[in-house]
Amino acid sequence: MNKYFSSSNMTGGYGGVDILNDCGIEVNQGEISVVVGPNGAGKSTAMKAMLGMITLKSGDVILNGKDISGLTPEDRVAQGIAFVPQTMNIFSELTVKENLEMGAFLRNDNINKTIEDIYKLFPILKDKKNQLAGELSGGQRQQVAVGRALMTKPSVLMLDEPTAGVSPIVMDELFDRIIEIKNTGVAIIIVEQNAKQALSIADFGYVLVGGKNKFTGKGSELLNNPEVRKAFLGG
Amino acid sequence: MENFDILNALILLANFVIVPAISYGSQLAIAALGITIVYAVLRFSNFAHGDLMSFGTMTAILFTWLFQNLGITGGVLPTALIALPFAIIVTALLCLLIDKSVYRFYRKQKSHAVVFMIVSVGVMFILNATVRFIIGPNDRTFFDGEKFLIRALDFKASTGLEEGLTIKSTQLITVIVAIITMLLLFYFLQKTKMGKAMRAYSNNEDLALLSGINPDRVVMITWIIVGALGTIAGVLYGLDKSFKPFTYFQLLLPMFAAAIVGGIGNPIGAVVGGYIIAFSEIMLTYAYKKFFIYLLPEHLEPSGLMQFLSTDYKFAISFIILVIVLIIRPTGVFRGKTI
Amino acid sequence: MIEKYRAPLAFLVMALLLAIVGFGQSWSVALGIINLCIISAIMALGVNLQWGYAGLFNAGVMGFTALGGLTAVLISHQPIYEAWSGAGSGILLSGFILISAGFGIYFVHKKIEKIILKRTLIIFIIGITLIGLNIFYGPSVSIIESINPAKTGFLGGLGLPIIVSWLVAAFVAGFVAWIIGKITLGLRSDYLAIATLGISEIVIAILKHEDWLSRGVRNVTGLDRPVPYEIELQKTTWFIDLIASINTSKLQAAQILSDRQDILNKLVIDGSSIFVKLCYAGLFILVLLIIYFLSHLALQSPWGRMLRAIRDNEDAASAMGKNIVAKHLQVFVIGSAIIGIAGAMLTTLDGQFTPGSYQPLRFTFIIWVMVIVGGSGNNLGSIFGGFFIWFMWIEAEPLSIAFISLLTNGLDYNSPLRMHLIASAPHLRLFIMGSILLLALRFMPRGVIPEKVSKE
Ligand SMILES: Nc1ncnc2c1ncn2[C@@H]1O[C@H](COP(=O)(O)OP(=O)(O)O)[C@@H](O)[C@H]1O
Ligand SMILES: [Mg+2]
Repeated sequence: MNKYFSSSNMTGGYGGVDILNDCGIEVNQGEISVVVGPNGAGKSTAMKAMLGMITLKSGDVILNGKDISGLTPEDRVAQGIAFVPQTMNIFSELTVKENLEMGAFLRNDNINKTIEDIYKLFPILKDKKNQLAGELSGGQRQQVAVGRALMTKPSVLMLDEPTAGVSPIVMDELFDRIIEIKNTGVAIIIVEQNAKQALSIADFGYVLVGGKNKFTGKGSELLNNPEVRKAFLGG
Repeated sequence: MENFDILNALILLANFVIVPAISYGSQLAIAALGITIVYAVLRFSNFAHGDLMSFGTMTAILFTWLFQNLGITGGVLPTALIALPFAIIVTALLCLLIDKSVYRFYRKQKSHAVVFMIVSVGVMFILNATVRFIIGPNDRTFFDGEKFLIRALDFKASTGLEEGLTIKSTQLITVIVAIITMLLLFYFLQKTKMGKAMRAYSNNEDLALLSGINPDRVVMITWIIVGALGTIAGVLYGLDKSFKPFTYFQLLLPMFAAAIVGGIGNPIGAVVGGYIIAFSEIMLTYAYKKFFIYLLPEHLEPSGLMQFLSTDYKFAISFIILVIVLIIRPTGVFRGKTI
Repeated sequence: MIEKYRAPLAFLVMALLLAIVGFGQSWSVALGIINLCIISAIMALGVNLQWGYAGLFNAGVMGFTALGGLTAVLISHQPIYEAWSGAGSGILLSGFILISAGFGIYFVHKKIEKIILKRTLIIFIIGITLIGLNIFYGPSVSIIESINPAKTGFLGGLGLPIIVSWLVAAFVAGFVAWIIGKITLGLRSDYLAIATLGISEIVIAILKHEDWLSRGVRNVTGLDRPVPYEIELQKTTWFIDLIASINTSKLQAAQILSDRQDILNKLVIDGSSIFVKLCYAGLFILVLLIIYFLSHLALQSPWGRMLRAIRDNEDAASAMGKNIVAKHLQVFVIGSAIIGIAGAMLTTLDGQFTPGSYQPLRFTFIIWVMVIVGGSGNNLGSIFGGFFIWFMWIEAEPLSIAFISLLTNGLDYNSPLRMHLIASAPHLRLFIMGSILLLALRFMPRGVIPEKVSKE
């Protein structure tokens, strides 16, 4: 029985050697799955593969029981999958508000309500709505990035290292917001460097090494697994 | 105080520097906007833009002739203004055709910008040949209607000044059409969903894709805008001066200089750059002798022409300004790159 | 397997094409084409050095060609002593002022830290220079240009053999390239294209308008020749004997002595033109071979390998820092010097210098088509491209006219449409060039003779 959004047997890369070697990641609505692993393990690549941004040699991506492996990234976005990339995840030369509007590009209904919802989630964005996104601080940019992704009212949200380069206080804040989003019923996948903290809010966790699922399990299980602790959580 | 004739000096300057520079600057601004938008969205320096302008102008001339034959004229206004929308449509369609048959292939391949630049040289050859084939390489004027808004003689008669001020109707038309064009363009880029999507695509292509912005649509709209801007700039220039295909190729240098000086990829920069280049070109090639004769006492009057550079070298001025800006501030006056 | 035969095959086809012209039209025409093919090939080698080896887009080929042409005039034309004695010192002084100003500005730019002081000083220097030029330059120019304007009206040259200019042209073009390179290399790559486009326009503007230097649009004609004149040859015994001995059978066929003499005269006239062209061809081939072998050696050297490494991966190479700009400057200067040589050769071949004839499509962008169609990065490819594209450029015109005539056959002979189309047909050669370029880029992006991929 597949979860709401799931990938399996993903193998492939950028044309050269395979970066992903038979890996799979799943998440349910209203839950958070966390992907951790060393640098270069293929975490970002796995995210891109699930969004269809790279062509895989094999592997399936299922959304709500439907195989979406053949869809383009745009079509997957239209199907309700939102993605916040690791780098260059905002339109730096557009204002905050325009960033949000662009997130809703595919929508033809009134988006003002959604924008207000996002201002409620991230109040600072309301204050800075007419400022260029590129001029904001690191934490604020990540909020813009998440806000832009939420504009499609997605059922799945994939975040690639959303806390990279932000201060610990802002990081806690951001995790709180992510939990809030989860509580609205969105399925969330987070790739994280801060493995300990991320796994502590995870319903399910994956440790990716060399493009393979090295460990999988409930977040708390992984946190307590001595092997995982030793190798990835610093003892 | 007989020698200190500031009013005549100012009229002299207005007549020979300010009015021509404003109108030439407006033409350059619209032309540079086309270059800067191709650069921002499609990410290459379009060497074919001068010849695209020449094609657009040729189309407008052909429509003008057609209308004149049909007995349709603009009255006091040049018939070319009626022809302009039709020429824009034809030129925009041509841009789309060229994109589909030429540039698209390299976009899909994600070719390097310099490859696009060389491809644009090929397009330049073809456009150049097409224009010469259809209308020939010679100078043509296609202006009709009322030529002057203010005539020097009338001006002198009514003001009693020694210096006359001439304002050609084409100069006023240039400024009005240019302002309307810029307002429309900036409204489109800043206020409409598609305009914002274009800026978003220009700023961060991958994220634009992730937001569901259709790149083909963006490219299509870009070429339509570029075709329109090129035609408008070309027709304004041709009405004001005359139409000669080779002149349009030569405009490439001041056009690029305007775009780069302003900050390539930045539309406001292109507009400002257009006026900077135009004013520099005209101010530095104007002979100020008479101007100083009005202002200085007799014994200080200059003997030479008081000209920085002969008009033969007006292209050198765009180049010098370009080099100075590149040395002092390589990103241009307004930081360039995206729209 | 086929890769190995591409170059010989390409040159074979080229030889066949030229032979068709030789047999079909005349050998004099064919040789005329060949001589320009060789010059084109040399220009293509220069551009290939810059673009093929280093990835530098030089859109100012025309300017360097024209500089070479100017050098040919300045080296070979007899000095106009009257002009020199009248105003030579004024011109020299102006030149001195300009050069000092250049050095002054450079010095201020490098050494002075304070921006305000720096800019004030620079503006001051420019002001002084302008005043100085106003005093010395303007009057001197008027004097020079008033001396026998119908024939000279300029300073003339050094009166040396014109062939000397081929070497000097390399230095002149190289020096100008060095200045441009200093300013624009290291900036974004497309700025180099715009800057060189600008410089070449300015060079042409100077040559057209500084009559004291180049006679401007009044042209300099009757330049010295490195090879004999046809008229002289036709009067030279050994040459007549040579022609006679080659054509003995033809001459013997003529019955009457006076017929024989007529035939011989005609043969001598034809022969002299061919002989002169052959002489040029010999000289040009020599230059082509020298430049080809030097370029070839350079390509194989560590220097050439480093250039290509930079071209292929600028990021990795940028770890070497400033080195890239220095290398690019070297290759830009050398490539432009080669173009300058070709420019001097071209003016030598023409026997005249006509600034008005320099057109960017003909002198810059066609050369680019040559390099790209021939195969960027491959010297043999550039030579082939030079030959093939020049051949097409020449033959495109008659072909276009023939094509249009065929197309308009059905129209009334005097119909305005037909007249217009026939008159416009020559412009189709630009269309053909553009199409060749676009088709090559699309379907043969590495050219007819592709660059050899080094196995490392
Ligand atoms: N665009 C790309 N093209 C080619 N290789 C890439 C690309 N992006 C990443 N890689 C390679 O794929 C591997 C995995 O990268 P990535 O998925 O970004 O790792 P992670 O996100 O786990 O740190 C790395 O070896 C990296 O060099
Ligand atoms: Mg990553």
